[in-house]
Amino acid sequence: MAADLLLKASKHSKYLPYRNFLYHRFFVGLLLFIVISLVLTVVFNAFSGPLPRTSVYESIDLNKRSKVVLSRNAPFSQIRSANCTYWDCFDVYKCGRGGHDKITIYIYPLKDYQTENGNSISQFSREFYLILDTIKHSKYYTTNPEEACLLVPSIDTLNQASFSKSEVSQALQSLSHWNNGENHLLFNMLPGSPPNYNPVIDLNTSKAIIAGAGFNTWTFRYGFDISVPVYSQIAENIDNTQPKKKNYLIISAQLNIPENYLEDLQSTASSSNDLLLLDECKTGDVLDYTKRCEYTTGREFNYPDILKEGLFCLVVRSARLTHSLLMDVIASQCIPVVISDSVVMPFNSHLDWHRIAMFIPEDNIKNLLKIISSVSNERRGELFWQLRWVYDKYFASIEKITLATLEIINEKVFPLAARTYEEWNMPEHLYGPSNPLFLPVTAPKAPGFTAVILTYDRVESLFTLVKKLVRTPSLAKILVIWNNQKKAPPPSAQWPVINKPLKVIRTKENKLSNRFFPYDEIETECQLTIDDDIVMLTPDELEFGFDVWREFPDRIVGFPSRLHLWDNATNSWRYHSEWTNQISMVLTGAAFHHKIWSWYYTYKMPSEIRTWVDDNFNCEDIAMNFLVANVTRKPPIKVTPRKKFKCPECTNTEMLSADAQHMAQRSACVGRFASAYGHMALRPVEFRADPLQYRETGAGVPHAYPDIGAL
Amino acid sequence: MQAKRRYLLLFMSCAFLLYCYYGNTSFKSDTCKSKLNELPSFATLDDLHLKPSRQKRNPASATQPCRMDTCFDFSKCGSDPKIFVYPSDGTVSASYRKVLSVIRESRYVTRDPNEACLFVAAIDTLDADPLSSEHVSDVASRLSRLPYWRNGRNHLIFNLYAGTWPDYAEDSLGFDPGEAILARASASEIMFREGFDISLPLFHKEHPEKGGVPPAATVNPFPAQRKHLVAFKGKRYVHGIGSETRNSLWHLHDGNNLILVTTCRHGKSWKDLRDERCEEDNKEYDKFDYEQLLANSTFCIVARGRRLGSYRFLEALAAGCIPVLLSNGWRLPFDEKIDWRRAVIWADERLLLQVPELVRSVPPERILALRQQTQFLWEQYFSSIEKIVFTTIEILLERVLAHRVSKQRDLLIWNASPGALGTLAAYGDSRSHYPIPSPVLEAPSAPFTSLAPLPVPSIPQMAPPHTPGNSFTALLYVQATSPALHKLLANIASSEFCGKVVLVWDSERAAPSLKSLSRMAGDSRDPLPVIVVDATTHYPGEGVSARWQPLWAVPTAAVFSLDGDAPLLAEELDFAFRVWQQFPERIVGYPARTHFWDESKGSWGYSSRWGSLYSMVLPGAALVHRATLALYAASGPALRQAVQRAHNCEDILLNCLVAHTTRRPPLKLAQRRRYKPPLHHKSLWSDPEHFVQRQSCLNTFATTWGYMPLLRSVLRLDPILFKDPVSTLRKKYRKMELVSS
Repeated sequence: MAADLLLKASKHSKYLPYRNFLYHRFFVGLLLFIVISLVLTVVFNAFSGPLPRTSVYESIDLNKRSKVVLSRNAPFSQIRSANCTYWDCFDVYKCGRGGHDKITIYIYPLKDYQTENGNSISQFSREFYLILDTIKHSKYYTTNPEEACLLVPSIDTLNQASFSKSEVSQALQSLSHWNNGENHLLFNMLPGSPPNYNPVIDLNTSKAIIAGAGFNTWTFRYGFDISVPVYSQIAENIDNTQPKKKNYLIISAQLNIPENYLEDLQSTASSSNDLLLLDECKTGDVLDYTKRCEYTTGREFNYPDILKEGLFCLVVRSARLTHSLLMDVIASQCIPVVISDSVVMPFNSHLDWHRIAMFIPEDNIKNLLKIISSVSNERRGELFWQLRWVYDKYFASIEKITLATLEIINEKVFPLAARTYEEWNMPEHLYGPSNPLFLPVTAPKAPGFTAVILTYDRVESLFTLVKKLVRTPSLAKILVIWNNQKKAPPPSAQWPVINKPLKVIRTKENKLSNRFFPYDEIETECQLTIDDDIVMLTPDELEFGFDVWREFPDRIVGFPSRLHLWDNATNSWRYHSEWTNQISMVLTGAAFHHKIWSWYYTYKMPSEIRTWVDDNFNCEDIAMNFLVANVTRKPPIKVTPRKKFKCPECTNTEMLSADAQHMAQRSACVGRFASAYGHMALRPVEFRADPLQYRETGAGVPHAYPDIGAL
Repeated sequence: MQAKRRYLLLFMSCAFLLYCYYGNTSFKSDTCKSKLNELPSFATLDDLHLKPSRQKRNPASATQPCRMDTCFDFSKCGSDPKIFVYPSDGTVSASYRKVLSVIRESRYVTRDPNEACLFVAAIDTLDADPLSSEHVSDVASRLSRLPYWRNGRNHLIFNLYAGTWPDYAEDSLGFDPGEAILARASASEIMFREGFDISLPLFHKEHPEKGGVPPAATVNPFPAQRKHLVAFKGKRYVHGIGSETRNSLWHLHDGNNLILVTTCRHGKSWKDLRDERCEEDNKEYDKFDYEQLLANSTFCIVARGRRLGSYRFLEALAAGCIPVLLSNGWRLPFDEKIDWRRAVIWADERLLLQVPELVRSVPPERILALRQQTQFLWEQYFSSIEKIVFTTIEILLERVLAHRVSKQRDLLIWNASPGALGTLAAYGDSRSHYPIPSPVLEAPSAPFTSLAPLPVPSIPQMAPPHTPGNSFTALLYVQATSPALHKLLANIASSEFCGKVVLVWDSERAAPSLKSLSRMAGDSRDPLPVIVVDATTHYPGEGVSARWQPLWAVPTAAVFSLDGDAPLLAEELDFAFRVWQQFPERIVGYPARTHFWDESKGSWGYSSRWGSLYSMVLPGAALVHRATLALYAASGPALRQAVQRAHNCEDILLNCLVAHTTRRPPLKLAQRRRYKPPLHHKSLWSDPEHFVQRQSCLNTFATTWGYMPLLRSVLRLDPILFKDPVSTLRKKYRKMELVSS
């Protein structure tokens, strides 16, 4: 032994100098490499500025605007085509270069267009800079105009008052890929100019898509234009805190309400305390936008803080159809009451505004109080809790507004990439996930169910079970999941002869989760997961269980049940198997469920739960009950009186010491899974399903399910 | 050697490199920030608060297309808007006759044109194609002669086919609709008057008036793929408008996964117009059966024909074959309310060749959801002409409601069970007011506002109660006082969840005076409030339906409808309520009955015989949702008259109604004993005539709906330990099983 060791050591030392040499050379090489790259970096950084890049397309630089002088005689772009639809004004062949679910967007190089007199034709605003910056950093951005699906001219057209209409249309026409505005996107927030305030940007936009605010239903080209909000700097500074109590039912803090509506509101406000009507403060010459004064008393309030005090806030049509006020109101979590006929709300194609705001026709402004006070508490709650979520998700910054706009266009081009109504409109923290089996039907009987037996090596019991199962009329197929890798399943000659198809699947690993794998061999909707030792269930019970499942196809339907309870002593969840009057779980030792739950179990369940189940070889049934209850918010159904599978007679010997540990582990599972979902998903109920004639003796009427076992 | 120092050196030089690289960029971005702050905002505060320079209301001019605000007169539409159908005048096609007849038999109709909100002409406007055999000429002059026409204001006009060969122009209707609302098939995005017109589906002449074919895809296997991926079988036009798409479909055909077969054989002169592919196409075409393809394909191409819409849209929907739309610019039916993204795939005619790739990338879970939604929509809104017409009307009436009181149904009510036809728009303003089969997580309530006194004229409108709620209201129907009634009242008083008792007294004799019921001794709660409503004075002529009329007195969503002598224990009331909380959309109760098809008589039979199935739970002792009872009060006139005539059958009608709207059977609870007919009714119940009457009711209902809505069930719900051989002390509901039968 010692000699051996010695030998090894000497062998080792023999190579030491050589190793040292290698070591040395490696580090010298490394240092050399670093020094060279360092020098190169410095050189590159120093000279890269003036040197032209080698790549053909470079990312747009938003900080440099080169001057371009527009000739007075330059051609104008054509006027806005009012009849554009996505199908004939948008060249879809240009899209698809960015993959199957993503459009590509190009931004024209930034130029400061000037007239021959040297005046800029449009102001370049911070908001427009941010829009371009957002696009540039989005996943859609491309540097190659030839590859672009959507092109964004870098001329600021956000505010009608700050650009000159004719010159901008000349500039548009001069764009290299303008092509009558096809596939171009223009942003606008304040359209129209006095006195008429056209409800669409006054500009020759030809076939360009307009992402604009203040559209009405006539100027908005459905399925083509995008309606956006008027951005509000004030709203961005409103935090998400809320007062404990709202002091006013309705607040109107708008300064520019048309006079005839103002009169109506004044008469309403004078007869009720529910409406707080605010106007500008009549102090000084300069209008202070951070102050509002009550119309009659002159009481002063701070704006926008006052908005948080109201449950409903008015947004009335004024010069333009929408205002930045809408954003202030939403950010303050005051439910907007929009009084503006034929207005097109921001992102109306995807946001359901009836979840966000109340709409009152202009004719009905006199009934304001009556309408608002009849809004039920439930609806108030729904609206109120929607507001901040919507604001944070879609309106909170120029970046969010821009990204939502781009996403809407992207969904139009790639309808499969579209998010659902729920994803757009229903905050999951409030409404939870949606049930994949939402159609309320009774499943048909004819296809039957597939029995999935998880077995390890109890061949005898397995064969008994198989023989018993095939007597159930609705059984369509048996699937044996052979979970023993060390031993092959018995040869086919040894299997009982049965009249139903049977298939054995050998698993790669002995995992409990194998019972919930969505095998392709399960061709029916319904699967019965059953342990190989559950031989006491009668065909009548199974058939009845299947019939009950058909009526509740989105739930787990099983026999013995369990309950979760909150233990005040230990402050934790407890798993309970005693004689209870409630149930919240059924054991999957024998339970029917839809195959999709197996798929959910395998692919959609939080992976920590699945891993825990496989590692600890326990609680797979609790995990399944949690999974289904969490998605459907429905409890499972227990059928027939059965309480336990093993040793039904020994009622009092259940809590043996071995069992005590098992129970403790399962209690821990309940707690662990509840925290994985963030809430206790299980729901207790007090009923079970029995056959209609169970324990009844009718006058000679034969029972449909005579053989229902007890306990 | 000093490995530490080497590593340190290496690390430092790396750090320096990184600094050189990123330092540069971060320096750059710093300049950006400062530059950004130099830029002006896009609008000053003055810009944002511009005062309107002149008063303008409704900037609409005559040249602009109609909107509800500009072309509709809401003044005639009160809280219960009605429709006036002009008397028949001249011949109409079979389809239009069905349209008219379902409106005339509906609850929306009025005979008085002066109280009507909407008008429907009896002039057949369905087919505006002069080449068609069903085209009616001189529609224009006949319309303008209508007494209340006023340029079409408040009129509803149905049209399925517009234009004619060769251009099939959408606006050539043969008449000027003026300010009339057009409910039309094949509507295009360009012509559609947003929020005013209604897009209809194109339906066959054979489309059933009522009832309709149930959805075909009753199985929801997962993964939901069928034998073929995509299918299309139909004619192609070779030349002319709308022919391009169908002409190029053959490129995608592979005979197995993608079945896209077309034929040129249609019309008399197809041989003259045929092209070189016709021969080959026809051969492939004959290999496949249309119905089989629909049933065995996951996706079905719905390509435009001459017009944008096609029959196959509804056919695919019915078969559960997910429509893949190749019809650019088509406004889908009822898209104002129906969210079609849940049920169809939009493809682009211009990208026809990408369709296989497109549908292959739909994940299996989405396919399952899409298919379920096709089935839901078909059954809810499209399977009969009645449903299509009622949906049109409901959309219009909802607009009226939204205008009057700013209230409308949640889009999720339209697009998920129970659907719009099974709910009353005016009933509530939140989903939690309606019986929704899947439990809805609710938003927390809004912060409280200090209550100020309302202005005098406003009547405090009671908002409907919240579902399922924590208590129920016992709604008793009593025709005579009896010991059984007193016993029942005592049991109700000791029930844990009863919040109120409403006693409907339907008798010539004076109603008993009850103010409140004393609770059991030791119960800390207040006495139970009782309201006695005299049906003979409040609801004269309503007959037995009066028992569910006083909903104004019911403050809870759960209504326990009880016969005055129902032998129920407090425990049974409570257990029923606990179960109902889980199934607010169904009738949950004790006495069960069944229906059966009587082969010998060729009609439906009614049975109270005890067996292994049931399809009705009688509301003599059952819980029903308050909104369901409101729906009962608004059910069709034919149904209500049948009940009124028979002085009976209100319970059967309620069961049919719930089964019709929810497509679920009722739930029967623990069988304590057979629900015996009450003693004083004995003569009535054993009376064979009574039975015959109920049988005939059942048949009347089935014909009125066009099908038998009732569904059967084999299960009953018992308390967990019901009749188990364990100590009764363990059982929560122990008295239920102690009572001997």
